[in-house]
Amino acid sequence: MRLQYPDTIRIVRVPCTGKVDIIHILHAFEKGADGVYVVGCMEGDCRFNNGNLRARKRVEQAKQILDTVGIGGERVQMYNLSSGEGPQFAQYAIEMTERIKELGPTPLRKAKQRKAA
Amino acid sequence: MIVAEKKPIEEIIEEIKDYNKILIAGCNECVTVCEAGGKKEVQVLASALRMYFMNQGKDVKIDEVTLERQCDHEYLEEIRNIIDQYDAVVSLACGVGVQFMAEKYFQTPILPGVNTCFMGATEERGVWTERCQACGQCILARTGGICPVSRCAKRLFNGPCGGSTKGKCEIDPNIDCAWQLIIDRLKALGRLEEDYEKLTPVKDWSTDRAGGPRKVVREDVRL
Repeated sequence: MRLQYPDTIRIVRVPCTGKVDIIHILHAFEKGADGVYVVGCMEGDCRFNNGNLRARKRVEQAKQILDTVGIGGERVQMYNLSSGEGPQFAQYAIEMTERIKELGPTPLRKAKQRKAA
Repeated sequence: MIVAEKKPIEEIIEEIKDYNKILIAGCNECVTVCEAGGKKEVQVLASALRMYFMNQGKDVKIDEVTLERQCDHEYLEEIRNIIDQYDAVVSLACGVGVQFMAEKYFQTPILPGVNTCFMGATEERGVWTERCQACGQCILARTGGICPVSRCAKRLFNGPCGGSTKGKCEIDPNIDCAWQLIIDRLKALGRLEEDYEKLTPVKDWSTDRAGGPRKVVREDVRL
């Protein structure tokens, strides 16, 4: 397909989105990520029955925690698509990149800069 | 097991906001099983707190440790060498663990990170229900293995009250009437005549909390 999508994204491959834990999402932010999104299979189509449903719950929990600590829950998102939907994958990458651009860098980065100054 | 619930992060932040070096201490036993204070919950809480303080521009050191148990000397001793490095400890163990750690490390504030709820069972993933109130005089042998102390709102000993409707308790239609469960089970065991029809004498509550803080001393196993 050779589709274009923003090069700001780092892909972390997991065997199933059910493997993604809240701590993985939180650690990404702690290490400076501006946003994290999880792309799972379509709901009802999980090879392991409910991996993507578990991922969605964990994304929701991560959102709540990020809201509480002042990072902003809108920086995390769960998406679903089937493996045949390459253009949709690129579209989600563009959508998320645009959202993060609007939100700006993570408050943690600003806090680190303030501290260094 | 002892069932606990995570405290809201906001409440924990409020307790620790004046400290600069904090240890988050989990427990590998009951609170791990009920997903409130095990290694995973320690990691998540520590990460959230680090981000919170970083965002506030505060230089706060937050470390993690998970002990095998916090209700035994030998495991609590594992942090003796490092405890002085911290201004406070947030213990994710049950109330027993928090207190035992506080007794051992007298100079360090030990703060609770969970609300200890009850002794119960995992009915299904994410659902825990109460089964025992540690009354100190177990009568399960006569009640078909169902405890009227912990499962009947009125702690009745001789059959249901008038609030038992269609097998449910009057305090909440989602709660089973313990005595309905007891009668059903005694019928299934063929022991209704034997166990239900006989009056249960007044219970000695001195072994319950009514008798004050309790203690078990076993001379046969003491060293």
